[in-house]
Amino acid sequence: MTEQPIVLEAKGITKNFPGVLANDQVDFDLRKGEIHALLGENGAGKTTLMNILYGLYKPDSGEIKVNGQPVVIHSPKDSIEAGIGMVHQHFMLVPVFTVAENIMLGDETTRYGVLDQKAVVRRVKELSKQYSLEIDPNAIVGQLPVGVQQRVEIIKALYRNAQILILDEPTAVLTPQEADDLFVIMRELTRRGVSIIFITHKLKEVLAIADRITVMRAGRVVGTVDPKDTNEQKLAAMMVGREVILKVEKKPAQPGKQVLEVEGLSVHDWRGLETVRGVTFQVRAGEILGIAGVQGNGQTELVETLTGLRPSAGGKIRFSGQDMTGKSPRLLTETGMAHIPEDRQRHGLVLSYPVADNLVLNTYYKQPFGVRGIMQPAAIDANARKLIQDFDIRTPSPYVNVGKLSGGNQQKVIVARELSHEINLLIANQPTRGLDVGSIEYIHQEIVAMRDRGLGVLLVSAELDEIMALSDRIAVMYRGQIVVTVDANKVTREQLGLWMAGAHPEE
Amino acid sequence: MLVPLLAVLTAVVVGGVVIVAVGGNPFFAYIGLIQGSFGSAKALSETAVWATPYIFAGLAVALAFKGGLFNIGAEGQLAFGAVTAALIGYALPDWLGTDLPAIIHIPLAVGLGALAGALWAAIPGALKAYTGGHEVINTIMMNYIALNLTSFLLNGPMRDPNPIDLSAQTPEIALSARIPPLFEGLRFHWGFILALVVAFLVYILIWKTTLGFEIRTVGSNPDAAQYAGINVKRTIVISMALSGLLAGMAGTIEVTALNYRHELGFSIGYGFDAIAIALLGKTHPLGVVLAAILFGAMRNGATRMQFLTQIPVDVISVIQALILLFVAADAIIRYIYRFKTRGERVVLTRGWGG
Ligand SMILES: Nc1ncnc2c1ncn2[C@@H]1O[C@H](COP(=O)(O)OP(=O)(O)OP(=O)(O)O)[C@@H](O)[C@H]1O
Ligand SMILES: [Mg+2]
Repeated sequence: MTEQPIVLEAKGITKNFPGVLANDQVDFDLRKGEIHALLGENGAGKTTLMNILYGLYKPDSGEIKVNGQPVVIHSPKDSIEAGIGMVHQHFMLVPVFTVAENIMLGDETTRYGVLDQKAVVRRVKELSKQYSLEIDPNAIVGQLPVGVQQRVEIIKALYRNAQILILDEPTAVLTPQEADDLFVIMRELTRRGVSIIFITHKLKEVLAIADRITVMRAGRVVGTVDPKDTNEQKLAAMMVGREVILKVEKKPAQPGKQVLEVEGLSVHDWRGLETVRGVTFQVRAGEILGIAGVQGNGQTELVETLTGLRPSAGGKIRFSGQDMTGKSPRLLTETGMAHIPEDRQRHGLVLSYPVADNLVLNTYYKQPFGVRGIMQPAAIDANARKLIQDFDIRTPSPYVNVGKLSGGNQQKVIVARELSHEINLLIANQPTRGLDVGSIEYIHQEIVAMRDRGLGVLLVSAELDEIMALSDRIAVMYRGQIVVTVDANKVTREQLGLWMAGAHPEE
Repeated sequence: MLVPLLAVLTAVVVGGVVIVAVGGNPFFAYIGLIQGSFGSAKALSETAVWATPYIFAGLAVALAFKGGLFNIGAEGQLAFGAVTAALIGYALPDWLGTDLPAIIHIPLAVGLGALAGALWAAIPGALKAYTGGHEVINTIMMNYIALNLTSFLLNGPMRDPNPIDLSAQTPEIALSARIPPLFEGLRFHWGFILALVVAFLVYILIWKTTLGFEIRTVGSNPDAAQYAGINVKRTIVISMALSGLLAGMAGTIEVTALNYRHELGFSIGYGFDAIAIALLGKTHPLGVVLAAILFGAMRNGATRMQFLTQIPVDVISVIQALILLFVAADAIIRYIYRFKTRGERVVLTRGWGG
């Protein structure tokens, strides 16, 4: 690629949060039409840097230039004016509005003081043709799949004439298929002169799509490399500062007696549609059962029902030898079930609570944290300090609100809490979503170690790699049913991919 | 912390402008207000007397807020609590056919009155928890029911039979049900001390007990609360009941420590002042106490202000409304005082990416 001009340059960006130096003299530049990937451990300061570029945070020092001109960015308004658009992980869309309404929100086109819907719809259609972004401007956003909602966010930025696009971990919530679609879109955008900053934790993606890769660690830039000159191992080592074992080492499983038996379980979603249809499987002590499947095939509802968050519409759940159908989350936790929920900010955490309180979110009432109805700050503090240490949660103190932690560190809070009590079954739904390779390594080892100590594990993951790496047996879920259950070492990735796409297993 | 203080300050300044507009001198007016509320032992005593129900009712609203609930119904709960306390106060000795010692009669009147408030609030709480009916609507409805019920009772079955009295009110409560004043010749009573104690207890409840943890968790993130094994429905009912208990206390104390009877219409306006106080106090018990004293002082000093400057007491209501406005719309305050929020405000856009 010929050297393209630099469209965005950040120099010497420093940002302090109470107790954390989130960005320390960061230099970063972006060339026209390139995809510049930003890698780094959880809490390295990637999102902070992007929020500064987008005007959500004000840096303590440093300079930002757009197209060679110094710019002062005080708010997203300034950055939008400078041609910068950002797609956050959690979209800022109003679910009950149409695509067009969402796109004009905050930048309403009016005629005689009345919203000019038609003009917006026209413009959206133009944009979607220009950039080959398929979208129906009149669709209701809440009814669109995640991948398409993300497309709406991208169009929203383009609608505001963004020439620089920041994508913060866009693939974390996408299915592999949706991620591939996104990459096609990203390439198309760069071909048309848009420049993209792309944050992700998935090294494969980076190697496949980035033109340049910048790695951050502890607030600093470690280096910028060309994807041709590097590989997963090297990148991981750059990020974490040590060798990372990307492959999980594990001995063959020694399954014991059944801890979880699910029989003919059916579940309805909020619309009353049967999304889990007569599912039967068992998890035994000392084994990891992986549930593979494209997201949206009933996994979410299945896990919510198993963990007591959603009523079942039929069938039986036996846990630890007792009938636990329709039992409360409290009883299940007390019987030894741990749950790493899929949506960490919705179920797993109270963002406005300090880390310490989140670490006892479901044990606060028990010895030693609650004694006769009184909270015991000393015990809660000791627990927090221990888990922060053990799980390497990057936080300035146990009393920082969990919402202020980086995305990956929020996830670690949940994992630490769930693995820290006395349990005999772990139900983990996307346990490593948003985590850096170092943390994934640690959590994978932890899960395997717990399996070896006789814990039963039900692993639900959209990452086929994760399923393949950890599972002893794999069940494939398709349209609410388990179509096949196989031994993990007797199946290939390709075969699983076919089953996940609905191919009939014939034996 | 800063915002409420500046809100009060700004309201005082804007209130001064209003005073000028109605032809008064704002300095005299405010001096009168301060003299009337803090200038003498009597003024202090009256301020405390005014503040007492405000503290209870403010705590009621604040506690509900912590549980994620908007209790607009403090007024009805207060009225229902007051009627109950009055009934126990004047009728119980008759029913039992014997006099009661104060040590039993007072706790009975106060306790049952508070329970009545709790019950009155638990109904919309249960409707919210089990049917999803919104508590704002239902507490307002319960207000109407409470006020009309009180009106019926005070004009009918519970009306003071004494023919000299033309107003709708209950008979005076028995001497044994009266909370005594602290000092001879002043109306300052034990109820104020009780209010401070209860504020402290509410603080303990919210921040130090597992029940408080449950209430706050349900208020902050009901999904996470359910995940954590908290019985969300039960907690909603408990939060509302406790809130109503506190509102009921407000009415109860007025009856047993001050008026010695319940009079029609006395509860009017407390519910809304309570919301203002809870907001001004940032829903923290200490803040609520301070805000309640401020409101009590304004109500109390207003008379002296009017006496000194002929400015109508209604100006005080205007100032109170302004305070509420500035607290609720704190963006105005931030803008006036150039709080450079520096983009450090809550970023709504955090997600997986953090
Ligand atoms: N608003 C805030 N207040 C205080 N500290 C913050 C705030 N935002 C971020 N931090 C801290 O700054 C550091 C960098 O966080 P940042 O979100 O930029 O990390 P990240 O590289 O995006 O990590 P992840 O991969 O986990 O998303 C973290 O230690 C985080 O706790
Ligand atoms: Mg991040």
